[in-house]
Amino acid sequence: MSESPDIRLGLYVPPHPHPLLAPEQNEGWGRLRDAFETCRQRIEESGVDLILIYSTTWPSIIGHQIQAHPNPVFTHVDDDFHFLGSMEYEFKMDSEFANCFRDFSEERGLHARTVAYDGFPIDTGSVVALKLLNPDNRIPACIVSSNVYSNRAEQIVLGKAARDAMSKLGRKVAVVVVASLSNRMFTEHIEPSEDSIHSAKDDEWNRKILEFFEDGRLEDISQLSRDIHGQIRVSKVVAYKPAWWMAAAMGQHNNYDGEVLAYEALHGAGGAVIQLTPAEGGIGDKEFDEDDVEFYRGDRSVLDQGMI
Amino acid sequence: MANGEIVLGCLAPHPPHVVYAENPEQNEPFSEGGWEALRWGYNMLARKLKDIDYDCIVVLTPHWQTYIGNHFLGLERFKNISVDPIFPNLFRFHHDIKVDVELSEAMQRSAEEAGIVSMMMRNPDFRVDYGTIVSCHMINPDWDKPLVTISSNRSTHYYSDEVMNEQASALGKAVSKAIEESGKKVVLVASHSLSHRHFVTEAPLPEDMSREHIYNHSQYVWDMKVIEMMREGKMKEVIGILPEMIEQTMAEAEGGGLTWMMAAMGMPDYPAEIYGYQSVIGTGNVIAAWDPNSSTRAIVL
Ligand SMILES: [Fe+2]
Repeated sequence: MSESPDIRLGLYVPPHPHPLLAPEQNEGWGRLRDAFETCRQRIEESGVDLILIYSTTWPSIIGHQIQAHPNPVFTHVDDDFHFLGSMEYEFKMDSEFANCFRDFSEERGLHARTVAYDGFPIDTGSVVALKLLNPDNRIPACIVSSNVYSNRAEQIVLGKAARDAMSKLGRKVAVVVVASLSNRMFTEHIEPSEDSIHSAKDDEWNRKILEFFEDGRLEDISQLSRDIHGQIRVSKVVAYKPAWWMAAAMGQHNNYDGEVLAYEALHGAGGAVIQLTPAEGGIGDKEFDEDDVEFYRGDRSVLDQGMI
Repeated sequence: MANGEIVLGCLAPHPPHVVYAENPEQNEPFSEGGWEALRWGYNMLARKLKDIDYDCIVVLTPHWQTYIGNHFLGLERFKNISVDPIFPNLFRFHHDIKVDVELSEAMQRSAEEAGIVSMMMRNPDFRVDYGTIVSCHMINPDWDKPLVTISSNRSTHYYSDEVMNEQASALGKAVSKAIEESGKKVVLVASHSLSHRHFVTEAPLPEDMSREHIYNHSQYVWDMKVIEMMREGKMKEVIGILPEMIEQTMAEAEGGGLTWMMAAMGMPDYPAEIYGYQSVIGTGNVIAAWDPNSSTRAIVL
């Protein structure tokens, strides 16, 4: 649809507030905090003028919501981890990009809308990411929600719509996905010093996914999304979507330099800070067995056409 | 000494659309109405509550979602604006909520004694969820009673619907014990819909009722089946088939509200009062109440 956008780097970061609010309480949380800090510096050095966030802790129902308030200000408190403290925020959003992203989403058949309301509850994951990656608001940002009912086709088309908008506006972009790897947390209070990945199985899967990231094989991870969902994702939503969106937004290939800056437990969930930098070459040994999709056409009305 | 008691249990769905449609002064957006079957039902229930002597409303809401047990509001007052994350175009509500901290703490202690993972929430910046606000506004628009909100533990997603039923039942019994010991008269609110599949698009005018209908007929049939069982006083059976209903209709009872309330009320075997049923953006919503007092219990609809 449009020429390749100028994506300088991609980041995959965890949503929970511990690295922001309590990095001193657990060495692992501290290492995640340090990794966020490294990413902050790299974003700054990369010369980007937009941080685009896809957050798994911002669910939507009416299509895909895109944050367009130029200057959202509030104090956020996490539903579970309220005892760790409050998160005051004041962000700078790229409203022009938000509107353009919405327009291209609609052009590709998605239902999308911008939101720009004082007091709108920006989610924990986005607040954590923006406060740590862009603490002085030097770089304008945009956040897109994760629709609870959407599946692969919608996520891929949504990623492509983001590319359309990046190209059209000529933004230099850091693409940020806010998501856990394994997302099962402990269901009891734990002392910070006791934190660990919830199970050995979750840990093994996380480490396998991290190998893919380190090899820059983002498209391969996207292809594995359904397996990942079945193995290490609590069934809060229909699918593990962030890799679909991220791979589509970053160009559907495996040509990245990957670096895992930290991998630690966050109340049992797998929290990783990962950087992907577009590169020449790269590898991939997966056969892509699901159709690529450019436009979202909704349900296929299979039932209407059935003649039983 | 008079024992505390539960004077009414309400199944009170919280689509923000009903508050939006009422145009209360606390809500910023303006509407031309809509969803009357629910709103008028709520108005009737609010009138009934005016004639009931009670001290506090206790709400279990699926929009305060916690993974580490159940949490209880633990500060006297929460004054803020609540903006619905899903429907911010409809709900931006200025609220000033008073909390019965004494009762909240008593319920949390009772839960803890029963072996239920639980915690008080004492962060003054915390925003009370919109489920609590919508249900409480619709049953008590004067906001003249203190309330307690209990979070919804996500055991359905972490384990199964059956585990949710077990855990929410245990919580209901613990809460009931604390209420009895408190000497207070309490209204319980399970804040949620029945079937819960939404349309993912919205009409240009959200209150355009020519566009409103249930998501599909299967959802409707399930809703009607459960409402019929409520009328027949078969709440033990309803809770028994809830896992299947949740599986098939994505019912919002997955948050534990109905199970919790019914367990606290000893699984009523008397008819529920039905105040209204209507779809909201495709989801199925019933307003129902369980009145333990047979002399005031009525056939409403
Ligand atoms: Fe809800």
